[in-house]
Amino acid sequence: MQFAVLQFPASNCDQDCVHAVQVLGHSARLHWHKSQSLAGADAVIVPGGFSYGDYLRCGAIARFSPIMQAVAEFAAQGGPVLGICNGFQILCEAGLLPGALVRNRSLQFRCEMVHLKTVRHDTRFTSEVPPGQLIRLPIAHGEGCFYASPEELAQLNVRGQVLWQYCGAGGETTDTFNPNGSVENIAGVMNERGNVAGLMPHPDRAMESILGSTDGRWVLESLVKSLQRN
Amino acid sequence: MKAKIHITPKKAVLDPQGKAVQNALAQLGHGNITAVHVGKYLELELAPGAERDATLVSLHEACRRFLTNPVIEDYQLSVE
Repeated sequence: MQFAVLQFPASNCDQDCVHAVQVLGHSARLHWHKSQSLAGADAVIVPGGFSYGDYLRCGAIARFSPIMQAVAEFAAQGGPVLGICNGFQILCEAGLLPGALVRNRSLQFRCEMVHLKTVRHDTRFTSEVPPGQLIRLPIAHGEGCFYASPEELAQLNVRGQVLWQYCGAGGETTDTFNPNGSVENIAGVMNERGNVAGLMPHPDRAMESILGSTDGRWVLESLVKSLQRN
Repeated sequence: MKAKIHITPKKAVLDPQGKAVQNALAQLGHGNITAVHVGKYLELELAPGAERDATLVSLHEACRRFLTNPVIEDYQLSVE
């Protein structure tokens, strides 16, 4: 499989994402934000970082980069797109995902390992997460507090668009284990069609045991499996 | 001519920055403040001869599409 990893000015997880794909035995190519084509890629990863210095709002400027037009068309055709951290923020700003990410409730930049509960296992992004198993991934963000209006939140739940929630080691999705103040502990969501997803935690930084967790593999392996099924 | 845009977080959105500023104000003796909302102020300098009504229409579009995120922010725009 061929992955496209986008590269904006001040992306800083682009190489990590390329490496993560290679760890799974697939190839990934970097696409500079001024490029207008995804060159036939099978899937797109929008990586973490601080695109455009987070000026105006996180992701607000990056979403108008030429490559994002290609991503929107790719997504409209059903192609899978995964946004991680700043990539999640960019996809929300672009309207490809619902909601928005705002300043952490604590006002702190949070950099730590978290546990995630996978809400659904029947999606392109979660099929390989073993049922009943929590995921351990690192977070590193200052503006990862997911917000959606009460009406939109209700719709997200009805449509099954919530994929991951922050939780404790025992799976408790309580306020104690919410690192940023996200509504309903939401760490990641997908679009209604199920081909675009985003999450604040970093599966790309949890691909090898030397990094402290290999749970990120489940997320990317799910995406690979979905491509192989097609 | 200048356009002035005030952007504020929607009331329903958590505003920890406003809360932190409010707490600091209270420590400085300004305890009679019930809420602080920290937003942004943008000043746009317009080219001479810009037509006011058309400018307003296009800037409202810019506010909705780019300068603000309607999910989390409100704005006020004036041209003077």
